[in-house]
Amino acid sequence: MSDQDIPGVSVSAVAEEQPTPGPHRMVLNMGPQHPSTHGVLRLLLELDGETVMKCQPDIGYLHTGIEKEFEQKNYQQDVTLTDRVDYLAPLSNNLGWCLATEKLLGLEIPSQAQWMRVMLTELTRLNSHLVWLGTHAIDIGAMSVFLYCFREREDILRIFEMFSGQRMMTSYFRVGGLALEPPRRWHERIKKFIDVFPSRVDEYEDLLTNNRIWLGRTKGVGRISLEDMLDLGVTGPMLRAAGLKIDARKDEPYSSYEKFDFEVPTRPENDVFARYQVRVEEMRQSARIVQQALEGMPAGPWKADAPHVVLPDREKMKTQMEALIYHFKIVTEGFRVPEGEVYQVIESPRGELAYYVVSDGTARPYRVHMRTPSFGNLQSTPTLVAGSLIADVIASIGSMDFVLGDTDR
Amino acid sequence: MLPENLRQNAIATAVEAFDGDAIAAGKIDRGELTLEIAPGKIVSICGFLKYDQKFVRLSSVTAVDRYPAEPRFEVVYHLHSVERNQRVRLKCRVYGADPAIESVTSVWRGANWYEREVFDLFGINFLNHPDLRRIMLPDDWEGHPLRKDYPVTGHRI
Repeated sequence: MSDQDIPGVSVSAVAEEQPTPGPHRMVLNMGPQHPSTHGVLRLLLELDGETVMKCQPDIGYLHTGIEKEFEQKNYQQDVTLTDRVDYLAPLSNNLGWCLATEKLLGLEIPSQAQWMRVMLTELTRLNSHLVWLGTHAIDIGAMSVFLYCFREREDILRIFEMFSGQRMMTSYFRVGGLALEPPRRWHERIKKFIDVFPSRVDEYEDLLTNNRIWLGRTKGVGRISLEDMLDLGVTGPMLRAAGLKIDARKDEPYSSYEKFDFEVPTRPENDVFARYQVRVEEMRQSARIVQQALEGMPAGPWKADAPHVVLPDREKMKTQMEALIYHFKIVTEGFRVPEGEVYQVIESPRGELAYYVVSDGTARPYRVHMRTPSFGNLQSTPTLVAGSLIADVIASIGSMDFVLGDTDR
Repeated sequence: MLPENLRQNAIATAVEAFDGDAIAAGKIDRGELTLEIAPGKIVSICGFLKYDQKFVRLSSVTAVDRYPAEPRFEVVYHLHSVERNQRVRLKCRVYGADPAIESVTSVWRGANWYEREVFDLFGINFLNHPDLRRIMLPDDWEGHPLRKDYPVTGHRI
Protein backbone atom coordinates (compact mmCIF):
# COMPACT_ATOMS: atom_id res chain seq x y z
CA MET A 1 0.00 0.00 0.00
CA SER A 2 2.97 2.31 0.51
CA ASP A 3 3.40 3.21 -3.16
CA GLN A 4 -0.29 3.74 -3.78
CA ASP A 5 -2.15 7.04 -3.61
CA ILE A 6 -5.49 7.26 -1.85
CA PRO A 7 -7.66 9.92 -3.50
CA GLY A 8 -8.10 13.14 -1.59
CA VAL A 9 -4.99 13.21 0.52
CA SER A 10 -1.50 12.89 -0.83
CA VAL A 11 -0.18 9.70 0.66
CA SER A 12 2.80 10.05 -1.60
CA ALA A 13 3.61 13.39 0.04
CA VAL A 14 3.80 11.66 3.40
CA ALA A 15 5.98 8.94 2.00
CA GLU A 16 8.19 11.28 -0.02
CA GLU A 17 9.40 13.10 3.04
CA GLN A 18 11.09 9.92 4.17
CA PRO A 19 13.46 9.23 1.29
CA THR A 20 14.94 6.04 2.72
CA PRO A 21 12.13 3.92 4.08
CA GLY A 22 13.21 1.03 6.22
CA PRO A 23 12.18 -2.49 5.36
CA HIS A 24 9.13 -2.42 7.64
CA ARG A 25 7.89 1.06 6.84
CA MET A 26 4.38 1.36 5.48
CA VAL A 27 1.50 3.81 5.27
CA LEU A 28 -1.69 2.60 6.88
CA ASN A 29 -5.06 4.16 6.23
CA MET A 30 -7.25 4.20 9.33
CA GLY A 31 -10.84 5.29 8.83
CA PRO A 32 -12.93 7.08 7.78
CA GLN A 33 -15.21 4.21 8.79
CA HIS A 34 -13.08 2.78 11.55
CA PRO A 35 -15.30 1.99 14.56
CA SER A 36 -12.98 3.63 17.06
CA THR A 37 -12.92 6.97 15.28
CA HIS A 38 -16.53 7.55 16.41
CA GLY A 39 -17.69 9.24 13.28
CA VAL A 40 -15.81 9.80 10.12
CA LEU A 41 -12.25 10.66 10.89
CA ARG A 42 -9.49 9.39 8.70
CA LEU A 43 -5.92 9.02 9.88
CA LEU A 44 -2.99 8.28 7.64
CA LEU A 45 -0.44 6.53 9.77
CA GLU A 46 3.09 6.01 8.64
CA LEU A 47 4.43 3.01 10.46
CA ASP A 48 7.82 1.56 11.12
CA GLY A 49 6.93 -1.91 12.32
CA GLU A 50 4.37 -1.21 15.01
CA THR A 51 5.61 2.29 15.81
CA VAL A 52 3.80 5.31 14.42
CA MET A 53 6.35 7.60 12.80
CA LYS A 54 3.93 10.14 11.46
CA CYS A 55 0.22 10.74 11.46
CA GLN A 56 -1.83 12.89 9.14
CA PRO A 57 -5.48 13.42 10.09
CA ASP A 58 -7.99 14.06 7.35
CA ILE A 59 -11.24 15.72 8.43
CA GLY A 60 -14.20 17.26 6.67
CA TYR A 61 -16.34 14.21 5.99
CA LEU A 62 -19.14 15.65 8.12
CA HIS A 63 -18.88 19.22 6.90
CA THR A 64 -22.39 20.59 6.48
CA GLY A 65 -21.76 24.28 5.94
CA ILE A 66 -23.69 25.00 9.10
CA GLU A 67 -22.04 28.39 9.61
CA LYS A 68 -23.46 29.50 6.27
CA GLU A 69 -26.84 28.13 7.30
CA PHE A 70 -26.80 30.31 10.41
CA GLU A 71 -26.73 33.39 8.21
CA GLN A 72 -29.94 32.33 6.45
CA LYS A 73 -32.13 31.95 9.53
CA ASN A 74 -33.13 34.34 12.25
CA TYR A 75 -31.64 34.21 15.72
CA GLN A 76 -34.35 32.10 17.30
CA GLN A 77 -34.40 29.59 14.42
CA ASP A 78 -30.63 29.20 14.70
CA VAL A 79 -31.05 27.54 18.09
CA THR A 80 -32.12 24.37 16.29
CA LEU A 81 -28.87 24.37 14.30
CA THR A 82 -26.71 24.47 17.40
CA ASP A 83 -28.06 21.10 18.55
CA ARG A 84 -26.73 19.46 15.46
CA VAL A 85 -23.16 20.65 15.80
CA ASP A 86 -22.12 18.63 18.82
CA TYR A 87 -24.84 16.04 18.97
CA LEU A 88 -23.60 14.59 22.26
CA ALA A 89 -23.87 17.93 24.06
CA PRO A 90 -26.83 19.70 22.46
CA LEU A 91 -27.75 21.81 25.48
CA SER A 92 -24.23 23.15 25.89
CA ASN A 93 -24.41 24.42 22.35
CA ASN A 94 -27.90 25.84 22.89
CA LEU A 95 -26.54 27.68 25.89
CA GLY A 96 -23.52 29.11 24.07
CA TRP A 97 -25.68 30.44 21.27
CA CYS A 98 -28.34 31.92 23.56
CA LEU A 99 -25.76 33.60 25.77
CA ALA A 100 -24.02 35.13 22.76
CA THR A 101 -27.27 36.49 21.35
CA GLU A 102 -28.39 37.74 24.74
CA LYS A 103 -25.07 39.50 25.17
CA LEU A 104 -25.64 41.26 21.86
CA LEU A 105 -29.17 42.17 22.88
CA GLY A 106 -28.17 43.16 26.41
CA LEU A 107 -30.92 40.94 27.78
CA GLU A 108 -31.28 40.04 31.44
CA ILE A 109 -32.36 36.46 32.06
CA PRO A 110 -34.44 35.64 35.17
CA SER A 111 -32.63 33.58 37.76
CA GLN A 112 -34.88 30.53 37.50
CA ALA A 113 -34.09 30.24 33.80
CA GLN A 114 -30.39 30.65 34.52
CA TRP A 115 -30.40 27.93 37.16
CA MET A 116 -32.47 25.66 34.97
CA ARG A 117 -29.90 26.16 32.25
CA VAL A 118 -27.05 25.30 34.59
CA MET A 119 -28.81 22.17 35.81
CA LEU A 120 -29.62 20.87 32.34
CA THR A 121 -26.19 21.75 30.97
CA GLU A 122 -24.60 19.74 33.74
CA LEU A 123 -26.87 16.81 32.92
CA THR A 124 -25.62 17.22 29.37
CA ARG A 125 -22.07 17.00 30.63
CA LEU A 126 -22.97 13.75 32.38
CA ASN A 127 -24.60 12.49 29.20
CA SER A 128 -21.55 13.33 27.12
CA HIS A 129 -19.04 11.92 29.59
CA LEU A 130 -21.08 8.72 29.88
CA VAL A 131 -21.00 8.18 26.13
CA TRP A 132 -17.29 8.94 26.15
CA LEU A 133 -16.56 6.54 28.99
CA GLY A 134 -18.61 3.74 27.49
CA THR A 135 -17.17 3.99 24.01
CA HIS A 136 -13.62 4.64 25.17
CA ALA A 137 -13.77 1.53 27.35
CA ILE A 138 -15.18 -0.51 24.48
CA ASP A 139 -12.32 0.67 22.25
CA ILE A 140 -9.80 -0.57 24.74
CA GLY A 141 -11.66 -3.83 25.27
CA ALA A 142 -13.92 -3.40 28.31
CA MET A 143 -17.34 -4.25 26.94
CA SER A 144 -19.48 -4.18 30.07
CA VAL A 145 -18.77 -0.56 31.03
CA PHE A 146 -20.56 0.53 27.91
CA LEU A 147 -23.77 -1.17 28.99
CA TYR A 148 -23.69 0.40 32.43
CA CYS A 149 -22.98 3.87 31.06
CA PHE A 150 -25.78 3.70 28.55
CA ARG A 151 -28.19 2.65 31.28
CA GLU A 152 -27.68 6.01 33.02
CA ARG A 153 -27.52 7.89 29.75
CA GLU A 154 -30.96 6.57 28.93
CA ASP A 155 -32.28 8.10 32.16
CA ILE A 156 -30.78 11.46 31.22
CA LEU A 157 -32.24 11.33 27.74
CA ARG A 158 -35.65 10.58 29.26
CA ILE A 159 -35.27 13.65 31.44
CA PHE A 160 -34.47 15.71 28.35
CA GLU A 161 -37.49 14.28 26.63
CA MET A 162 -39.63 15.23 29.60
CA PHE A 163 -38.41 18.82 29.41
CA SER A 164 -38.28 19.45 25.70
CA GLY A 165 -40.07 16.59 23.97
CA GLN A 166 -36.81 15.53 22.34
CA ARG A 167 -34.15 13.10 23.43
CA MET A 168 -31.22 14.56 21.56
CA MET A 169 -32.05 17.62 19.47
CA THR A 170 -33.51 19.39 22.45
CA SER A 171 -33.41 23.09 21.47
CA TYR A 172 -34.71 23.72 24.97
CA PHE A 173 -32.89 26.98 25.63
CA ARG A 174 -34.14 29.89 23.61
CA VAL A 175 -32.97 33.43 23.34
CA GLY A 176 -34.59 35.04 26.36
CA GLY A 177 -35.03 31.98 28.54
CA LEU A 178 -36.43 28.51 28.02
CA ALA A 179 -38.58 27.10 25.24
CA LEU A 180 -41.31 25.72 27.50
CA GLU A 181 -42.34 25.92 31.07
CA PRO A 182 -40.49 23.27 33.13
CA PRO A 183 -42.73 20.17 33.20
CA ARG A 184 -44.72 19.09 36.22
CA ARG A 185 -42.86 16.81 38.65
CA TRP A 186 -39.49 17.57 37.06
CA HIS A 187 -38.06 18.02 40.52
CA GLU A 188 -38.70 14.53 41.81
CA ARG A 189 -37.70 12.97 38.50
CA ILE A 190 -34.27 14.56 38.54
CA LYS A 191 -33.89 14.01 42.27
CA LYS A 192 -34.54 10.31 41.82
CA PHE A 193 -31.83 10.15 39.20
CA ILE A 194 -29.20 12.31 40.84
CA ASP A 195 -29.54 10.69 44.28
CA VAL A 196 -28.36 7.36 42.93
CA PHE A 197 -25.99 8.65 40.28
CA PRO A 198 -22.83 8.93 42.46
CA SER A 199 -23.20 5.27 43.38
CA ARG A 200 -23.35 4.46 39.66
CA VAL A 201 -20.07 6.29 39.15
CA ASP A 202 -18.64 4.05 41.87
CA GLU A 203 -19.77 1.09 39.80
CA TYR A 204 -17.88 2.30 36.74
CA GLU A 205 -14.84 2.88 38.88
CA ASP A 206 -15.12 -0.62 40.33
CA LEU A 207 -14.97 -1.94 36.81
CA LEU A 208 -12.06 0.17 35.63
CA THR A 209 -9.95 2.10 38.10
CA ASN A 210 -8.05 -0.88 39.53
CA ASN A 211 -8.52 -3.12 36.53
CA ARG A 212 -5.09 -4.39 35.51
CA ILE A 213 -5.87 -4.48 31.81
CA TRP A 214 -7.31 -0.97 31.91
CA LEU A 215 -4.26 0.33 33.76
CA GLY A 216 -1.94 -1.40 31.33
CA ARG A 217 -3.68 0.12 28.35
CA THR A 218 -3.96 3.65 29.71
CA LYS A 219 -1.15 4.44 32.17
CA GLY A 220 1.75 6.27 30.58
CA VAL A 221 0.00 6.26 27.20
CA GLY A 222 -0.76 9.33 25.10
CA ARG A 223 1.64 11.77 26.68
CA ILE A 224 1.94 15.23 25.18
CA SER A 225 3.52 18.24 26.85
CA LEU A 226 1.37 21.02 28.27
CA GLU A 227 3.22 23.59 26.15
CA ASP A 228 2.42 21.64 23.01
CA MET A 229 -1.23 21.42 23.97
CA LEU A 230 -1.56 25.14 24.64
CA ASP A 231 0.25 25.89 21.41
CA LEU A 232 -1.97 23.56 19.38
CA GLY A 233 -5.29 24.79 20.75
CA VAL A 234 -6.19 21.87 23.02
CA THR A 235 -8.71 22.68 25.76
CA GLY A 236 -10.86 21.06 28.40
CA PRO A 237 -10.20 17.84 30.32
CA MET A 238 -6.97 17.22 28.41
CA LEU A 239 -5.43 20.38 29.87
CA ARG A 240 -6.80 19.60 33.30
CA ALA A 241 -5.26 16.12 33.13
CA ALA A 242 -1.92 17.87 32.60
CA GLY A 243 -2.29 19.84 35.80
CA LEU A 244 -3.59 23.13 34.43
CA LYS A 245 -6.61 24.37 36.35
CA ILE A 246 -8.59 25.92 33.54
CA ASP A 247 -12.35 25.93 33.33
CA ALA A 248 -14.51 28.66 31.83
CA ARG A 249 -17.19 27.99 34.45
CA LYS A 250 -14.78 29.28 37.07
CA ASP A 251 -12.60 31.66 35.08
CA GLU A 252 -15.28 33.45 33.08
CA PRO A 253 -18.52 32.52 34.86
CA TYR A 254 -21.72 32.65 32.86
CA SER A 255 -25.36 31.86 33.58
CA SER A 256 -24.76 32.23 37.37
CA TYR A 257 -22.17 29.44 37.66
CA GLU A 258 -20.44 31.64 40.25
CA LYS A 259 -23.24 30.79 42.68
CA PHE A 260 -22.46 27.08 42.64
CA ASP A 261 -19.91 25.32 44.77
CA PHE A 262 -17.83 22.81 42.82
CA GLU A 263 -14.23 21.81 42.26
CA VAL A 264 -12.24 21.76 39.04
CA PRO A 265 -10.47 18.39 39.14
CA THR A 266 -6.91 18.21 37.87
CA ARG A 267 -4.29 15.48 37.62
CA PRO A 268 -0.58 15.87 37.06
CA GLU A 269 0.14 12.63 35.15
CA ASN A 270 -1.00 13.80 31.72
CA ASP A 271 -1.76 10.40 30.24
CA VAL A 272 -4.88 8.56 29.11
CA PHE A 273 -5.54 7.33 32.62
CA ALA A 274 -5.33 10.85 34.05
CA ARG A 275 -7.88 12.04 31.47
CA TYR A 276 -10.13 9.19 32.56
CA GLN A 277 -9.76 10.21 36.21
CA VAL A 278 -10.45 13.86 35.45
CA ARG A 279 -13.65 13.05 33.57
CA VAL A 280 -14.89 10.65 36.24
CA GLU A 281 -14.31 13.32 38.87
CA GLU A 282 -16.07 15.86 36.66
CA MET A 283 -19.10 13.59 36.64
CA ARG A 284 -19.17 13.65 40.43
CA GLN A 285 -18.81 17.43 40.43
CA SER A 286 -21.58 17.84 37.88
CA ALA A 287 -23.81 15.71 40.07
CA ARG A 288 -23.02 18.09 42.95
CA ILE A 289 -24.03 21.07 40.83
CA VAL A 290 -27.30 19.40 39.85
CA GLN A 291 -27.99 18.67 43.54
CA GLN A 292 -27.40 22.32 44.44
CA ALA A 293 -29.62 23.46 41.61
CA LEU A 294 -32.37 21.18 42.85
CA GLU A 295 -32.14 22.46 46.39
CA GLY A 296 -31.81 26.13 45.62
CA MET A 297 -33.88 26.55 42.46
CA PRO A 298 -35.25 30.08 42.65
CA ALA A 299 -38.90 30.70 41.94
CA GLY A 300 -40.05 33.19 39.37
CA PRO A 301 -40.41 33.50 35.62
CA TRP A 302 -38.61 31.17 33.24
CA LYS A 303 -38.31 33.67 30.40
CA ALA A 304 -37.22 37.25 30.20
CA ASP A 305 -39.58 40.19 30.28
CA ALA A 306 -38.79 41.33 26.76
CA PRO A 307 -41.91 41.31 24.60
CA HIS A 308 -40.03 42.11 21.38
CA VAL A 309 -37.83 39.00 21.78
CA VAL A 310 -39.75 36.40 23.77
CA LEU A 311 -43.00 34.95 22.49
CA PRO A 312 -46.01 36.00 24.60
CA ASP A 313 -48.05 33.55 26.65
CA ARG A 314 -50.89 31.85 24.82
CA GLU A 315 -53.41 33.31 27.25
CA LYS A 316 -52.25 36.89 26.66
CA MET A 317 -52.41 36.44 22.91
CA LYS A 318 -56.08 35.69 23.14
CA THR A 319 -56.88 38.72 25.25
CA GLN A 320 -54.34 41.43 24.40
CA MET A 321 -53.94 42.97 20.97
CA GLU A 322 -50.39 44.01 21.72
CA ALA A 323 -49.31 40.46 22.53
CA LEU A 324 -50.86 39.26 19.29
CA ILE A 325 -48.90 41.84 17.30
CA TYR A 326 -45.63 40.92 19.00
CA HIS A 327 -46.29 37.26 18.34
CA PHE A 328 -46.91 37.96 14.66
CA LYS A 329 -43.78 40.10 14.34
CA ILE A 330 -41.48 37.62 16.11
CA VAL A 331 -42.74 34.64 14.15
CA THR A 332 -42.71 36.28 10.73
CA GLU A 333 -39.58 38.37 10.78
CA GLY A 334 -37.78 37.62 14.04
CA PHE A 335 -36.31 40.31 16.24
CA ARG A 336 -33.62 42.80 15.37
CA VAL A 337 -30.32 42.53 17.19
CA PRO A 338 -28.16 45.63 17.67
CA GLU A 339 -24.99 45.89 15.63
CA GLY A 340 -21.85 44.50 17.17
CA GLU A 341 -19.83 41.36 17.72
CA VAL A 342 -19.36 39.07 20.69
CA TYR A 343 -17.24 36.06 21.52
CA GLN A 344 -19.10 34.02 24.09
CA VAL A 345 -17.06 31.28 25.72
CA ILE A 346 -18.55 28.39 27.67
CA GLU A 347 -17.11 25.16 29.03
CA SER A 348 -18.56 22.35 26.98
CA PRO A 349 -17.88 18.75 28.08
CA ARG A 350 -15.05 18.70 25.56
CA GLY A 351 -13.43 22.01 26.35
CA GLU A 352 -13.67 25.61 25.26
CA LEU A 353 -16.71 26.22 23.13
CA ALA A 354 -17.07 29.75 21.79
CA TYR A 355 -19.61 31.41 19.60
CA TYR A 356 -18.37 34.39 17.61
CA VAL A 357 -21.45 36.22 16.42
CA VAL A 358 -21.38 39.32 14.22
CA SER A 359 -24.59 41.27 13.92
CA ASP A 360 -25.30 43.97 11.37
CA GLY A 361 -28.47 45.16 13.08
CA THR A 362 -30.92 42.94 11.20
CA ALA A 363 -32.92 39.92 12.32
CA ARG A 364 -30.34 37.45 10.99
CA PRO A 365 -26.75 37.08 12.11
CA TYR A 366 -24.22 38.45 9.65
CA ARG A 367 -21.61 35.87 10.50
CA VAL A 368 -21.37 33.05 13.02
CA HIS A 369 -18.21 31.19 13.80
CA MET A 370 -18.13 28.30 16.21
CA ARG A 371 -14.86 27.76 17.97
CA THR A 372 -15.45 24.12 18.75
CA PRO A 373 -13.33 22.17 21.22
CA SER A 374 -13.09 19.05 19.06
CA PHE A 375 -11.42 20.93 16.21
CA GLY A 376 -8.70 22.32 18.44
CA ASN A 377 -8.18 19.05 20.27
CA LEU A 378 -7.98 16.98 17.12
CA GLN A 379 -5.25 19.19 15.77
CA SER A 380 -2.92 17.74 18.37
CA THR A 381 -3.31 14.17 17.03
CA PRO A 382 -0.03 14.07 15.04
CA THR A 383 1.95 15.24 18.08
CA LEU A 384 -0.01 12.99 20.41
CA VAL A 385 0.48 9.71 18.57
CA ALA A 386 3.91 10.21 16.99
CA GLY A 387 6.31 7.64 18.39
CA SER A 388 3.64 5.53 20.06
CA LEU A 389 2.57 2.00 19.22
CA ILE A 390 -0.28 1.55 16.79
CA ALA A 391 -2.44 -0.12 19.44
CA ASP A 392 -2.02 2.97 21.62
CA VAL A 393 -3.33 5.22 18.87
CA ILE A 394 -6.84 4.02 19.69
CA ALA A 395 -6.41 4.74 23.39
CA SER A 396 -4.84 8.15 22.68
CA ILE A 397 -7.42 9.49 20.29
CA GLY A 398 -10.20 8.02 22.44
CA SER A 399 -8.91 10.03 25.38
CA MET A 400 -9.43 13.27 23.43
CA ASP A 401 -13.19 12.76 23.32
CA PHE A 402 -13.91 14.46 20.03
CA VAL A 403 -17.16 14.52 18.12
CA LEU A 404 -16.75 14.77 14.38
CA GLY A 405 -19.88 16.84 13.91
CA ASP A 406 -18.28 19.31 16.26
CA THR A 407 -15.03 19.21 14.31
CA ASP A 408 -16.31 19.56 10.77
CA ARG A 409 -19.43 21.67 11.37
CA MET B 1 -2.68 55.96 16.58
CA LEU B 2 -4.42 54.68 19.64
CA PRO B 3 -8.08 55.74 19.87
CA GLU B 4 -8.98 57.93 22.81
CA ASN B 5 -11.16 55.35 24.57
CA LEU B 6 -8.34 52.78 24.74
CA ARG B 7 -5.75 54.93 26.51
CA GLN B 8 -6.65 53.35 29.84
CA ASN B 9 -6.42 49.80 28.53
CA ALA B 10 -3.26 47.96 29.55
CA ILE B 11 -3.12 45.65 26.52
CA ALA B 12 -3.78 48.39 23.99
CA THR B 13 -1.18 50.71 25.47
CA ALA B 14 1.38 47.89 25.60
CA VAL B 15 0.84 47.15 21.91
CA GLU B 16 1.03 50.87 21.16
CA ALA B 17 4.33 51.14 23.04
CA PHE B 18 5.69 48.10 21.17
CA ASP B 19 4.83 49.38 17.71
CA GLY B 20 3.24 52.79 17.28
CA ASP B 21 2.01 52.14 13.73
CA ALA B 22 0.40 48.77 14.32
CA ILE B 23 -3.01 49.76 15.70
CA ALA B 24 -5.32 51.10 13.02
CA ALA B 25 -8.41 51.29 15.23
CA GLY B 26 -9.86 49.69 18.31
CA LYS B 27 -12.82 49.53 20.63
CA ILE B 28 -14.20 48.02 23.78
CA ASP B 29 -17.68 46.81 23.06
CA ARG B 30 -19.76 44.77 25.54
CA GLY B 31 -16.63 44.29 27.60
CA GLU B 32 -14.61 42.81 24.76
CA LEU B 33 -11.45 44.44 23.49
CA THR B 34 -10.94 44.60 19.73
CA LEU B 35 -7.73 45.90 18.17
CA GLU B 36 -7.51 46.48 14.48
CA ILE B 37 -4.00 45.71 13.34
CA ALA B 38 -2.31 46.74 10.10
CA PRO B 39 -2.15 43.47 8.09
CA GLY B 40 1.61 43.69 7.54
CA LYS B 41 2.25 43.77 11.29
CA ILE B 42 0.13 40.83 12.40
CA VAL B 43 2.96 38.35 12.97
CA SER B 44 5.09 40.70 15.01
CA ILE B 45 2.11 41.84 17.11
CA CYS B 46 1.02 38.25 17.72
CA GLY B 47 4.57 37.35 18.74
CA PHE B 48 4.66 40.31 21.11
CA LEU B 49 1.30 39.40 22.65
CA LYS B 50 2.26 35.76 23.06
CA TYR B 51 5.77 36.08 24.46
CA ASP B 52 5.58 39.44 26.21
CA GLN B 53 1.94 39.78 27.23
CA LYS B 54 1.35 36.08 28.02
CA PHE B 55 -1.41 35.46 25.50
CA VAL B 56 -0.24 31.87 25.17
CA ARG B 57 -3.39 30.56 23.55
CA LEU B 58 -4.76 31.25 20.13
CA SER B 59 -8.42 30.49 20.62
CA SER B 60 -9.49 30.76 17.00
CA VAL B 61 -8.86 32.35 13.63
CA THR B 62 -11.78 33.15 11.40
CA ALA B 63 -12.92 35.73 8.87
CA VAL B 64 -15.87 37.94 8.03
CA ASP B 65 -16.80 38.84 4.47
CA ARG B 66 -18.01 42.47 4.16
CA TYR B 67 -18.88 42.14 0.48
CA PRO B 68 -19.35 44.44 -1.45
CA ALA B 69 -17.42 46.86 0.80
CA GLU B 70 -13.66 47.19 0.45
CA PRO B 71 -11.41 46.11 2.14
CA ARG B 72 -13.63 43.12 1.81
CA PHE B 73 -12.37 40.64 4.39
CA GLU B 74 -11.75 40.89 8.08
CA VAL B 75 -9.45 38.20 9.42
CA VAL B 76 -10.26 37.82 13.10
CA TYR B 77 -7.97 36.33 15.75
CA HIS B 78 -9.11 35.55 19.27
CA LEU B 79 -6.31 35.35 21.80
CA HIS B 80 -6.56 34.08 25.35
CA SER B 81 -4.24 34.55 28.28
CA VAL B 82 -4.69 31.81 30.86
CA GLU B 83 -2.49 33.58 33.36
CA ARG B 84 -4.19 36.97 33.10
CA ASN B 85 -7.62 35.46 32.43
CA GLN B 86 -8.16 37.91 29.60
CA ARG B 87 -9.09 37.77 25.97
CA VAL B 88 -8.35 40.04 23.08
CA ARG B 89 -9.64 40.13 19.53
CA LEU B 90 -7.32 41.17 16.71
CA LYS B 91 -8.66 42.13 13.34
CA CYS B 92 -6.96 42.69 10.00
CA ARG B 93 -8.69 44.10 6.96
CA VAL B 94 -7.74 42.48 3.68
CA TYR B 95 -8.68 43.60 0.16
CA GLY B 96 -10.87 41.38 -1.98
CA ALA B 97 -8.62 41.15 -5.02
CA ASP B 98 -6.24 38.24 -4.43
CA PRO B 99 -6.64 38.35 -0.64
CA ALA B 100 -3.57 37.33 1.34
CA ILE B 101 -2.10 37.80 4.78
CA GLU B 102 0.95 36.50 6.57
CA SER B 103 0.37 33.26 8.48
CA VAL B 104 0.76 33.22 12.26
CA THR B 105 1.73 29.53 12.36
CA SER B 106 5.26 30.66 13.25
CA VAL B 107 3.83 32.00 16.52
CA TRP B 108 1.25 29.30 17.30
CA ARG B 109 1.43 25.95 15.55
CA GLY B 110 -2.27 25.65 16.31
CA ALA B 111 -3.04 28.35 13.75
CA ASN B 112 -2.43 25.72 11.09
CA TRP B 113 -5.92 24.23 10.86
CA TYR B 114 -7.74 27.49 11.55
CA GLU B 115 -5.96 29.18 8.68
CA ARG B 116 -6.58 26.22 6.44
CA GLU B 117 -10.27 26.51 7.26
CA VAL B 118 -10.34 30.22 6.40
CA PHE B 119 -8.39 29.47 3.21
CA ASP B 120 -10.88 26.77 2.32
CA LEU B 121 -14.12 28.60 3.07
CA PHE B 122 -13.13 32.22 2.31
CA GLY B 123 -10.30 31.85 -0.18
CA ILE B 124 -7.86 34.00 1.76
CA ASN B 125 -4.24 33.01 1.22
CA PHE B 126 -1.92 32.67 4.16
CA LEU B 127 1.65 33.39 3.18
CA ASN B 128 4.37 31.12 4.56
CA HIS B 129 1.83 28.61 5.82
CA PRO B 130 3.44 25.15 6.03
CA ASP B 131 0.53 23.15 4.60
CA LEU B 132 -2.06 25.34 2.92
CA ARG B 133 -4.67 22.90 1.53
CA ARG B 134 -8.43 22.69 1.75
CA ILE B 135 -9.50 21.09 5.02
CA MET B 136 -13.31 20.79 5.00
CA LEU B 137 -14.16 20.53 1.31
CA PRO B 138 -12.78 18.17 -1.33
CA ASP B 139 -9.62 19.30 -3.09
CA ASP B 140 -11.43 19.82 -6.39
CA TRP B 141 -14.20 22.02 -4.98
CA GLU B 142 -14.83 25.27 -6.83
CA GLY B 143 -15.44 28.48 -4.93
CA HIS B 144 -15.45 29.41 -1.26
CA PRO B 145 -18.82 28.85 0.43
CA LEU B 146 -18.64 31.36 3.27
CA ARG B 147 -18.16 34.27 0.91
CA LYS B 148 -21.27 36.42 0.73
CA ASP B 149 -21.48 36.14 -3.06
CA TYR B 150 -21.58 32.33 -2.88
CA PRO B 151 -25.18 31.18 -3.42
CA VAL B 152 -27.00 29.08 -0.86
CA THR B 153 -29.39 27.39 -3.30
CA GLY B 154 -29.28 26.32 -6.93
CA HIS B 155 -27.46 23.74 -9.05
CA ARG B 156 -23.97 23.78 -10.33
CA ILE B 157 -23.92 23.55 -14.12
